[in-house]
Amino acid sequence: MSKIKRGVSLYSFQEEMFLGQMSVEDCVSFAASIGATGIEVLPEQNMPSFPHLSDAEVEEWKAMVARHGCHFTAYDMFLDTKLRKDRLMSDDEQVESIVRDLKLCNRLGIRNMRVLVFVRPDILGRCVPYAEELDVHMGVEVHAPWHLEHAWILRTIDEADRLGTKHLGILPDMGIFMKHYPPAFRARFERQGARPEVTRFIVDQHEQKIMAEYTIYEVAVKMQGNKAEVAMAETLRHAPYANPKRLPDYAPYFHHIQAKFYEMNEDCTDPSIAYEDVIDALVGCGWEGTLSSEYEGNRWVQDVQNIDSREQVRRQHVMFERLIAKAEARHAAKDAA
Amino acid sequence: MFDKYIIDAASVRNTGPSDAPTGFSFETKLGYYRGIGLSMVEDLAVSIDGEALPRAVISFDDGHGALSLDEMETAYDRRWLFGAVATITVARPGGFPAGEHKLALQQRLRVSYLPFPAFNNDEKTVKVA
Repeated sequence: MSKIKRGVSLYSFQEEMFLGQMSVEDCVSFAASIGATGIEVLPEQNMPSFPHLSDAEVEEWKAMVARHGCHFTAYDMFLDTKLRKDRLMSDDEQVESIVRDLKLCNRLGIRNMRVLVFVRPDILGRCVPYAEELDVHMGVEVHAPWHLEHAWILRTIDEADRLGTKHLGILPDMGIFMKHYPPAFRARFERQGARPEVTRFIVDQHEQKIMAEYTIYEVAVKMQGNKAEVAMAETLRHAPYANPKRLPDYAPYFHHIQAKFYEMNEDCTDPSIAYEDVIDALVGCGWEGTLSSEYEGNRWVQDVQNIDSREQVRRQHVMFERLIAKAEARHAAKDAA
Repeated sequence: MFDKYIIDAASVRNTGPSDAPTGFSFETKLGYYRGIGLSMVEDLAVSIDGEALPRAVISFDDGHGALSLDEMETAYDRRWLFGAVATITVARPGGFPAGEHKLALQQRLRVSYLPFPAFNNDEKTVKVA
């Protein structure tokens, strides 16, 4: 049996929460109903009294998730280096802000903190003693267009190795494994005036993994693309397909995954992200952690339809169960042979 | 990500005496997936039928006291919460012009992890009764 657990990020329900159609507790209750009992929280989205949570409030939050048979898995931090207009935060202020989050994370009983990818590795190095003391893993979000072996990400890995710590590493966002261009993106650009023959060209270029700049030049200059067409071509800069087979090399550095997706088909398959390869790699190396749904499709379809984040997340979890079982069977057969 | 929702068209009201309005107000939400400190709201640019109104006539109130846009810049300890309704008040003698007009709002945010400012844009056709 694999040690992969299923959960959801509250980010997934941003449309309904923004519109006041779902409360945080509604999201937790729904997650429990599909067996996704690990809850990833964004305190700056979900906790109105942030950053000044009283002890009583902390206990209320913990009791709320427990009431639904859930638990918190990860805490998404932010760092407002541009808090002031006149200057950037000093290094000391950055450390102070991160330590504030580490402490709140620990008070909430959470052991994984998602660190924004732009946070400097040396600043995180200074936070390591606090993370160790509070037993919180700081995972730098590996978000497209960065990827597992991007030089910026490797600096955090190097910093963790240099310090010999288990409390600094990464937290991969599955958007880095975009094997196919998302149909929801294409449809949105067509509604904005992109011609189908041009969008077909862009999708074909992505399918062939042609480097973005070639396609952007073709569309913008040679094809004299309109605004929507050029904008669609430019999304390719943020649509990398990293190699899922590299995941085991980095598995010791992460305990949590943001399972990004843009849309799920009715048959519970993902038309874009290479989850079959990802889950096979994770099961194969015995990775232990949570696949945490991160639905980000609302912004691509809200112009033409009401959003049903619950149905999208439900479909992703049907897929997770199927792919985990399939990978377990495959690896068990391989081990037996 | 929430651009189309940031102006509540049904909330537009004239302010001041009904026979001599001093301006108008409307409700807005922050077009972002988390709350943010007020000092990082760089601008709330309002225009009517494409004509920009001066920054100095616009004020913001999230229910904790009205601030001018310049005062917001140093409001380091106040946050505009995710999904929370705030009121934008515009000083404009006569209020909102009679009949149907296009009201536009652009929220410009200083989001630390982005290399450029974040813009949220909405435009709604509005008629004040």
